[in-house]
Amino acid sequence: MLPEIQTIPLHFDKANLKPNDYKSDVKPVWCPGCGDFGVLSSFYKAVSELGIPPEQLVIASGIGCSGRFPAFCNSYGFHGVHGRVLPLATGIKMARPELVVCAMGGDGDGFSIGMGHFPHAARRNVDITYIVMDNEIYGLTKGQASPTSPLGLEKKSTPYGNVDRPLNPLLLAFTGGATWIGRAFSSRPKEMTELIKQAIAHKGFSFLQVYSPCVTFYDTYDHFKQVTKPLPEGHDASDKAAGMLYAMNEETLFLGKYYQEERPTYDDAYSGVRQKATKGTYSFEKLMDKYRR
Amino acid sequence: MAQVDLTVRVGGDSAAGGIVTTGEIVARIAAYSGLEVYTTRTIPAEIKGGHVMFQLRTSEKPVYSQGDDVDMLIAFDQESIDNYYHLIKANGFLIYNSNDGQAPAANGNGVKQYGLPLNELAKKINFTKGRNIVTIGAMVKLFDLPYDKAEEVVRRQLGRKKDLLDQNLLALKTGYAYVEQNIAQESPYHLIPETGIVEEERLVMNGNQALAMGALAGGCRFYAGYPITPASDIMEFLAAEFPQIGGTMIQAEDEIAAINMCLGGSFTGARSMTATSGPGLALMVEALGHATMTEIPLVLVDVQRAGPSTGMPTKVSQGDLRLAIFGGADDSPRIVVAPVSVEDCFYQTVHAFNLAEKYQTPVIFLSDQDMSVRVVTVPPFDLNKVKLEPRLLWDPQSANHGGNGASGGGSGDREYLRYKITESGVSPMSLPGMPGGQYTAEGLEKAESGAPIYTPEAHIRNFEKRARKLANALQDYEAWQMYETFGALDAPVAIVGWGSTIGPVKEAVLRAASEGMPVAVLYPKLLYPLPADHIGKFIAGREHVIVPELNFTGQFGRMIQAQFGREIIPLTCYGGTPLATRDVYAKIKQVYEGMKVNA
Repeated sequence: MLPEIQTIPLHFDKANLKPNDYKSDVKPVWCPGCGDFGVLSSFYKAVSELGIPPEQLVIASGIGCSGRFPAFCNSYGFHGVHGRVLPLATGIKMARPELVVCAMGGDGDGFSIGMGHFPHAARRNVDITYIVMDNEIYGLTKGQASPTSPLGLEKKSTPYGNVDRPLNPLLLAFTGGATWIGRAFSSRPKEMTELIKQAIAHKGFSFLQVYSPCVTFYDTYDHFKQVTKPLPEGHDASDKAAGMLYAMNEETLFLGKYYQEERPTYDDAYSGVRQKATKGTYSFEKLMDKYRR
Repeated sequence: MAQVDLTVRVGGDSAAGGIVTTGEIVARIAAYSGLEVYTTRTIPAEIKGGHVMFQLRTSEKPVYSQGDDVDMLIAFDQESIDNYYHLIKANGFLIYNSNDGQAPAANGNGVKQYGLPLNELAKKINFTKGRNIVTIGAMVKLFDLPYDKAEEVVRRQLGRKKDLLDQNLLALKTGYAYVEQNIAQESPYHLIPETGIVEEERLVMNGNQALAMGALAGGCRFYAGYPITPASDIMEFLAAEFPQIGGTMIQAEDEIAAINMCLGGSFTGARSMTATSGPGLALMVEALGHATMTEIPLVLVDVQRAGPSTGMPTKVSQGDLRLAIFGGADDSPRIVVAPVSVEDCFYQTVHAFNLAEKYQTPVIFLSDQDMSVRVVTVPPFDLNKVKLEPRLLWDPQSANHGGNGASGGGSGDREYLRYKITESGVSPMSLPGMPGGQYTAEGLEKAESGAPIYTPEAHIRNFEKRARKLANALQDYEAWQMYETFGALDAPVAIVGWGSTIGPVKEAVLRAASEGMPVAVLYPKLLYPLPADHIGKFIAGREHVIVPELNFTGQFGRMIQAQFGREIIPLTCYGGTPLATRDVYAKIKQVYEGMKVNA
């Protein structure tokens, strides 16, 4: 017999807590007026309304202004290295599928250094919620162009105008195979809270892009107020092609739930692997016998 | 007189296929016959094509190295004859495929040459693909191995398809009979004494298999990895085993993802591991520092291969020592463990997990290519020797977390101090699911609660905490005897080495001792923190200290030099081959001769 290992029993009882109960005593270090404040308070509200016990909520993050998110929450948190929030969250979820796992990121963390992980988390359909606070700029490093910065943007690293075409995070989520895709704007907190709730409640990989302007290095509040509007009421979220068409629109940036589908999650699929692999009681002696002369 | 220590080299082009299989099957036949075996191989990095070499050493007594010279060369092609003929000992044998190669002219050292018309023999039985099995049959006869054992191994290894099995058995017999009728009615070797062998219980396996079994026994239940030669089969092994025991194996999209997944897994309490080789370790270095900073236990296996860069993926090296110990931003201490043999891969993996968990820190496990693929006979692993060190968990009962438990006080006070400064440096860890234990594993410098803080005081305190934890591992080094010593312990000459060079050193030291050149040997299996007390006492008063290792600059030797401020004699081997016994012996002899001159 193999030696016993430590295990932690978990009983999920719905918590009955107020949004403020999800606040930690660490004061946010974001600049006054930062869109991330809006995301944070919508997040507190969403998890409190969903009744998630703080000890069963894990918030992972990478590097950037978004990376500080977990420290401001009364939950388990993991402030990881730059760009690796999705593998980190995947590891947490797969080791303990009963936990509620959220991954917080930014456009630099997620679509530049960490881009390689995005389609993989999506195709595996890891049951986590990935919220990207997209400000179209590198804020923490003080104002360089990011992979979602528009063409022609003049910033410190692009003094003659940005020549790197911005990429489209929603389309990337579609092609990767995300099973819940949405977009929010930090200045529309009510809709945002609802979308965060839906994204967390969805079983599978949820991706929510949030326009969250940077007041210090690239203030886009007015811009987004002008170009965003809710998805048409009749949009059928099970229609992938329709969702992709809306996502392709670069003139009007639609807000709301673009897409949702039910597909076995990564931990469901791995449970299947376990069932297939297990044949009676495991014996280390039998394993050794395979190598015995 | 009976020769009981036989070294055979098999060479050929991998495009023809089956060179390694041929060697491995013969090794198994020898092992199943009760002999000890030790093998080594070099394979090309290409999938098809390129030269392959397999070497088998077998004896009734334990063997510790691959053997320098060979008693018999089995050459499947001309290139093998050209490359290895000079390695054949006097009065040894060359067996070559007379349908594909010409024997060199006799060179006077009594090497007997026999052609095996392999292509013809295989054709005669309508089984052109059976050349390897014909060769195996020939070898069984030449080495005087029991024919029934040969049949048993062929059945076990190649018995999946009934019709193919019959063909294989016929090919085996064909090779055997050809030797009996045309080369040697009596074998020149008698590996099995007439009195028979007292057969010890043995497993026949390689280092990666032993290591993976050590991970199972060591309580590992989470693995994420990315394919890389020569570490991939650890992942493949665990992919088959883990789902059966509730473990999780993920093939990640790259090495960086792999180690970060492990950080996530371990954060939730699962004993976690990833395995890679040098290029992968280079990619993992950032996350490794993060494991140090967040104090997350983790075992990172580096099956070292020849570098730098892509280097020679299928050849051996011990060149990652410096990266393993020092790689990372700022001082980011981690524990480094190095096994010395295939059997040791099992027990040291258990130790690696125990150290990681006990000190909440990453542990690098330095194996190497040669050890990883080398098939040898090892005693069955003893689970009674395995004791799991638990992670020090936070106990909510004893904690004073009045302000902000699961049901929340609203103030957000963090009474639980994840990074509490303790005497041992180890702080009790809470796991997700424990009410009141909420904290953020923080890569920034931090207060005891985990909240980011950048004061000099906090930074100094935490550097000292992280270092203090590791220093305690030296007590486990003593208690768990993570070292081997042998030889003449009062000798004026010492060898201090690490990893898989121990085999050839053992043999060279025996030979040198029999010629009046005693040597004391120490192989620490904990390389960081460096067991300086033990090594210091061991080398104190010695006239010379030789440090053998498979890298260009003598990385371990320089560490010893720096630590003790004394000269050492490096014995470096950096061609991508295992250390040769003769080179160790020559170095010992050279040192002794130098002492005579100076005396």
